Amino acid sequence: MATLKVGLVSPEREVWSGEAKMVVAQTIEGQLGILPGHAPVLGVLLDGSVVKIEPADGGEWVTAMVGSGFFSIAGDEVSILAEQAELGAEVNVAAAQQALEEALSAEGGADATAERRARARLRAAGQNA
Amino acid sequence: MAAQLRQLRQRIRSVKSTAKITRAQEMIATSRIVKAQQAVEASKPYADQITRALSALISHHVGIKHPLLTEQPEDKRSAVLVITSDRGFAGGYNANAIREAESLITALREQGREPVPYVIGNKGITWYRFRGREMAAEWRGISDRPDFASAEQVGRRLTEDFLKTDAEGGVGEIHVVYTEFVSMLTQRAQVRRLLPVEVVETADSDVVPPAYDFEPSAEAALDLLLPNYIESRIYHMLLQSAASYHASVRRAMKSATDNANELLGVYTRQMNQARQAAITQEISEIVGGADALADSGGE
Repeated sequence: MATLKVGLVSPEREVWSGEAKMVVAQTIEGQLGILPGHAPVLGVLLDGSVVKIEPADGGEWVTAMVGSGFFSIAGDEVSILAEQAELGAEVNVAAAQQALEEALSAEGGADATAERRARARLRAAGQNA
Repeated sequence: MAAQLRQLRQRIRSVKSTAKITRAQEMIATSRIVKAQQAVEASKPYADQITRALSALISHHVGIKHPLLTEQPEDKRSAVLVITSDRGFAGGYNANAIREAESLITALREQGREPVPYVIGNKGITWYRFRGREMAAEWRGISDRPDFASAEQVGRRLTEDFLKTDAEGGVGEIHVVYTEFVSMLTQRAQVRRLLPVEVVETADSDVVPPAYDFEPSAEAALDLLLPNYIESRIYHMLLQSAASYHASVRRAMKSATDNANELLGVYTRQMNQARQAAITQEISEIVGGADALADSGGE
């Protein structure tokens, strides 16, 4: 079966890379599921969303929080480039909770981007937010 | 004689402790270069892919309009972003960067433009402040170990100013002076124009980028890609400068240690000579005294 070559990259490091069966990303207009053989797309990620990757080796779904960024699909290569990217397994839940509370109680109304990012971080870690 | 000996001993002690310090600095710098190089390596995949995506986008949409791609001939002000370090002990590192910036500023003046310095790093800031030169922005504490958040902050500010007109305190173009890490031994101060964006085409131009669909639209993708591309460029330059800085520190501290050791040799020899001279003199005094005694007793 054809697989996707996926790379999830932030400016500071390569967060995750490997073969995958399917990738689900969220754009401004909605969720997008990517399977092998997809047409070439360059899409803008929703700032503060969760990207899900199903590894080809049948392991558990990899979830990651992404900030401002985009993804490109060309051939069977999927590159996800985000200025902020963090694997769900690496998320510090307590810190993310605190960031969420701070974003909600920020002066002059809630900080929407910070709030979305904190929620995405929690969702990537498997929490309800 | 004894005074000279004491003085030399004192000097040897002080040179020894200086050598210890510079040696430690050298070792710290060496380990930091490795870290800085790893950071440069780790930032490569992102930088490469964002460049590829951007050139794909631009080559497919010839004549696409975006404020960040457009020349602004009506704005006469030019930003010059100078990347220097917060601390010294780095030989010619900061002096070279500032000299490069100054020659760029002179060249811009000759073209009838008005250069405005934006400075990163304490050393550059003090240099400009001491000469009473106006700076549009200054950043401290990011040049030693740059993280992406600082690059983002600098990039935001520059992009904002670029989009403003002269009258609002904006600029018409942005140049960056940074120090490229060529190798452990060579670091070169470089000038790059950051805005308006000129996307550097990748060398393998025979690889045709795929005909992308854009989600939600090409304009929206460009709106996001361009600022991110600029931030990634600045991040890259900050990392290069940091690696160069640590390499310069290492070299400066190594030659300081070498000089101290050489000085130590000279002082040690001088001290031995002085001690020997003192002993010789003492002996000749004793012998002379004994001779004088013998002569007077013999009569």
